[in-house]
Order: sequence, then structure tokens, then C-alpha cells
Amino acid sequence: MSKFAKKKSGELPAVSTASLPDIVFMLLFFFMTVTVMKNSDVKVENTLPNASEIKKLEKKDRVITIYVGAPTKEFQKVFGTESKIQLNDKFADAGDVGDYILMERAKKPQELQNVLTTSLKVDKNANMGLIADIKQELRKVNALKVNYTTYEGDAFNNLK
Amino acid sequence: MPRRAGAPEVNAGSMADIAFLLLIFFLVTTTIETDAGLDRMLPPIEPPENDVVIKQKNIFQVNINKNGQLLADGELIELKDLRVKAMAFLENNGDGSCNYCQGGKKDAASSDNPTKAIISLKNDRETKYGTYITVQNELVGAYNDLRDRESERMFKRAFTEMESEYIKQETPASVKEELKEKITRIQEMFPQKLSEAETSTSGGS
Repeated sequence: MSKFAKKKSGELPAVSTASLPDIVFMLLFFFMTVTVMKNSDVKVENTLPNASEIKKLEKKDRVITIYVGAPTKEFQKVFGTESKIQLNDKFADAGDVGDYILMERAKKPQELQNVLTTSLKVDKNANMGLIADIKQELRKVNALKVNYTTYEGDAFNNLK
Repeated sequence: MPRRAGAPEVNAGSMADIAFLLLIFFLVTTTIETDAGLDRMLPPIEPPENDVVIKQKNIFQVNINKNGQLLADGELIELKDLRVKAMAFLENNGDGSCNYCQGGKKDAASSDNPTKAIISLKNDRETKYGTYITVQNELVGAYNDLRDRESERMFKRAFTEMESEYIKQETPASVKEELKEKITRIQEMFPQKLSEAETSTSGGS
């Protein structure tokens, strides 16, 4: 008659972990929704400068990003240590910026093509010469809205 | 042996492990993007058809050399003094037509009024980007401080705060409409005329 044998009493019942998967799934969904998959590796040093008077770039689909900075360690052998421009995932010269902008602009829907912003993610140790060249190229293709992307912080930290 | 009723239950004990695995993957790959920065408009490449003559006194010339030193209106100044100096220039109110300016010096050799004042920023090719951003930040800050002050006085709200609410996507259209009107009014009082001249190539001191 073991079927009716009384359970041993006196032991604490185990904590039910049945809802653990639900909790974890909830967290999972949160991270899944906030994740933005990077579409390109950043191949340049990219420590952005700090600024306090910043505005947020709200609409991600209206932004074209240009990276500038010294190539990272693994690319230094080939590309040297001078600051370089990175478009998508390859290095480029200032002369290519115009074409890149036009190409990216063509990819966007018609109604957004006139309201695009160019986000310049420039390493704080880069020289302004290169930036001036980029700005000149941007003006040539009439991409006049730029955003110097920065971290939020005290701007005077840039001088250290 | 009596047959048990129903199919046996699937063991769901490992579900948590699987979910954890996925969770950790997304945790690692997540980068909370830092997309904020200084908005600037570049000047169009074609020069405007009718050349406007701007009086020299209405231009506040800021020069950054390759060592990060700052020359503002012909004086060598420290970066931290730039904001105050720029604000004094914008608010100078030389012709007395600006009735909302406070503490304008009414110096005849400085700007006529905020709508005419232009800040011109020039830099060397070897200037560090970080320094350039700091200078930009201070100049934009000078405008923002003035706009905030006026906005605070007129609408009891900071200009920058209204602006960030305006760009937010969640803000309802009716609120946006109202904000836009206020923002434009403040912008007209202190138009941001920040010109970026082409970079000088001379090495100069």
C-alpha cells in the first residue's frame, strides 16, 4: 500500500521555480526590443568628445553616420596612424564622402531625403583639417545639416 | 498495469536555461546608443546672390590656432571666458533697439543688436577636434543661456527644455504646435548666426 503512504512531513517544501522562465523571458524581450544591431564595425578609434549643449538625434532613420579617427591597432599596419574616414565598413578619403552621402540618400524613402542629418562621429584627437574637408564635401552635395555627435558631459574635459 | 491518463508532461525545467542563454546574448550585444550632439547647419556652397555688407563691429571673430589657443575679437582669452564674452557681445545692444537685452553695455564698437550679431568661427587645420567641439559648445551655450533667460521670463520655461520636448516623437501634435510658436519667437529674438569660415591653411602662430 505504498500508494497511500504518507509523505514525510517536517521538510520544507522546495521554492517553486516554475515562474523563473517567465521572468527571464520578460527580461529577454526587453533586451531584444532595445537592442540595436550595429550594421558596421567601427574600425577607427572613436572616443567622442564631451559637450553639454547637446540635442538628441531622435529619428534614427534620418541619420547618416560618418566615422573619423585613427585606425585601431589591427588596421594600423596597413593604414597607418593618421586619422581616417570610415564609411560603412571601409576606409575612405575625403573625396568619397560626397558619393557616399548621395548613395545613402538614394536608399532612403523619398519623403525623408530632404531632412537627413549627417552625424559626424569624430574621435576627439582627430585634426580639424580632415573635418574641414568633409564639411566641404558635404556642402558640395548639399547635405547641410550636420550633427557633431558627442557624449554628454563637461566640454572642458576635452582639453585634457 | 493500468494505463495512465493523458500524455506525460514535457519537462520544462531547462526552459529557464535556454532563456538565460538568449538573455545573456542580447545583454552582451546591446549597445545603448549615444546619439546626441551639437546640431549645426553648414553654409550652402553657392554664395548668396546679393552680397550683404556686414559691419565689422557686428562680427565676433573667434580664432583657434593649432595649439588650441583662442583669439576672440583680437584678444587672447581663456576658453572658459568665451561664453561670457560671447554673451556680452550678443547682448551689447549698440543701437538700443533691443528692449529685452539685460546688462547690454551699449558699446558703440560692438554689435548693434542680437539680430545683427554674427559669431564667426575660424580654425586651423591642425586644431584638435576636441578643442573645436569645446569652442562650439561654449558658443552654442552662450546662445542657449540667453534664450533660456528670455524664455524663462516670457513663458516660465527654459528654451532648451521646450526644444527637447518638441523633437521628441511622443509629444502630441497639439503640444508641438504650441511649442513651435514659442520656440520660433525666442529664435527670432536671438537668431543663431554662427558662421564657420573655411579653415585656414597657414601654420601661423
